[in-house]
Amino acid sequence: MAGVDVETLQRWLRGFAASVAEQRDALTALDAAIGDADHGANMHRGMTAVTEAVTATPPADPTALLKQTATVLIRSVGGASGPLYGTLFLRMASATGGETVLEPATFAKALRAGLEGVISRGKAELGDKTMVDALAPALDALDASLAEGGSLATALHAASEAADAGRDATTPMIARKGRASYLGDRSAGHQDPGATSAALLVAAAAAAVSGDG
Amino acid sequence: MKKLLNDPGDLVAESLRGLDRAHPELRVDHENRILYRADAPVAGKVGLLSGGGSGHEPAHGGFIGPGMLDAVCAGEVFTSPVPDQMAEATKNIDGGVGVLHLVWNYTGDVMNFDMAAELAAAETDTRVEAVVMNDDVAVEDSLFTAGRRGTGAAIAVEKIVGAAAEQGRNLTELADLARRVNENSRSMGMALTSCTVPAKGSPTFDLPDDEIEIGIGIHGEPGRRRVPLAPAHDIAQMLVDPVLADRDFTGGDGVLVFVNGMGATPMLELYLMYGEIAALLDKAGVVPARTLVGPYVTSLDMAGCSVSITKLDDEMIRLWDAPVATAGLRWGM
Repeated sequence: MAGVDVETLQRWLRGFAASVAEQRDALTALDAAIGDADHGANMHRGMTAVTEAVTATPPADPTALLKQTATVLIRSVGGASGPLYGTLFLRMASATGGETVLEPATFAKALRAGLEGVISRGKAELGDKTMVDALAPALDALDASLAEGGSLATALHAASEAADAGRDATTPMIARKGRASYLGDRSAGHQDPGATSAALLVAAAAAAVSGDG
Repeated sequence: MKKLLNDPGDLVAESLRGLDRAHPELRVDHENRILYRADAPVAGKVGLLSGGGSGHEPAHGGFIGPGMLDAVCAGEVFTSPVPDQMAEATKNIDGGVGVLHLVWNYTGDVMNFDMAAELAAAETDTRVEAVVMNDDVAVEDSLFTAGRRGTGAAIAVEKIVGAAAEQGRNLTELADLARRVNENSRSMGMALTSCTVPAKGSPTFDLPDDEIEIGIGIHGEPGRRRVPLAPAHDIAQMLVDPVLADRDFTGGDGVLVFVNGMGATPMLELYLMYGEIAALLDKAGVVPARTLVGPYVTSLDMAGCSVSITKLDDEMIRLWDAPVATAGLRWGM
């Protein structure tokens, strides 16, 4: 595949929604350990609303779809995940210009803009034990693979592996942002729920672009 | 899990429906989950908006009415409401002289209220100021945390600022007063048991029968440390010591002492705790000028308590004593 069209993006969002539904209790259990036991329920509510909106009012192009996804997430999730995931998709929408097919480099640039939005909204840095710890290495791997001439599918698989590794690396970290930071040293030894859902997002993108989503 | 429920997914909506029936003096927008005092917007009065996740009742909806808040946005259980709700409420309580957002310091609440203020600024000409309330000494206030949590001090802020708003003070004065009450407040909480979030169905953390959590928040998040269960006298000391260590509460016009129940602790035990806490304050030369004892900022069915102390001045005492008519606090009218 040369690029990312609106159908591929829809596959991505539906795939992410399905992973969140499947991992809902696991995400909530991770959040119960160091947060407030609602990450699975909140993301499930938000992604269910996103897929319902896609079915009810299917957007014409990638930009419109990303924008609609952002609006629905900001409106339906609440907590910290709503503004953070909503900002990610909103910045992705702003980084695209209404093209019907996003070139791999444009898609990568949009994801990068999304990550920067998350960082500016949440003020988290790498190593703070947040979703940034999965997304930042994933996008570095994506850029590196594309620069080496890899296909978008190959590059997203590399990104997904990096996101999983980044997620796993949050376990020993001491949280510095969000509710887990209230625990101080006691937050170490637990995998971060936000990094876990972010790794699912990257995995769903790889599956959607490979056509096996 | 044994709870009075139909479907956990409908809990917040159905509870709001009941609250609406029980309190005709409130107006409830069920679609947007916004609670208003019935006569909002009050012309010429600054509108006061707060809100947060559900599960803290009577906070936040129980503090709407003359002398306190104008509206509250209700989120899912322990989940911040969303910017659309806050922007809508802001528009509907603007009596022409602006709206003050009183925000409990949690990552989600702060981000959503920020986005709401941006939305309100883009869509209307309502002037909005926001004050973030952060009184919990269990959390170190540093670059390495999300900052101190907003807990019991919010009741003092909302009551005192609510009375001042009723007197017609302007937005800037009210924001300054809110910051002053917040800066003069410190809190510390403890849990005897975890709470059970209905959507999860089991306790958020396991706490053995012979252990307690010190330094908990109001969302069932575990505390700073776990210690063996101790007599109430010792627990009072564990709560009062860090509060008094963080700020000088002696002298002046005395303090407001607020002993809060976390939801499942009986008043009988809360008054016992107040007695222990008052004795410790006597010893430290801190004079309780006003007191509030009861479950006002709860954490679902958690057992335990928190203590909040606010250093008062003459003006704050007058505003605390001013009439208030809400479901949660009512005196003087």
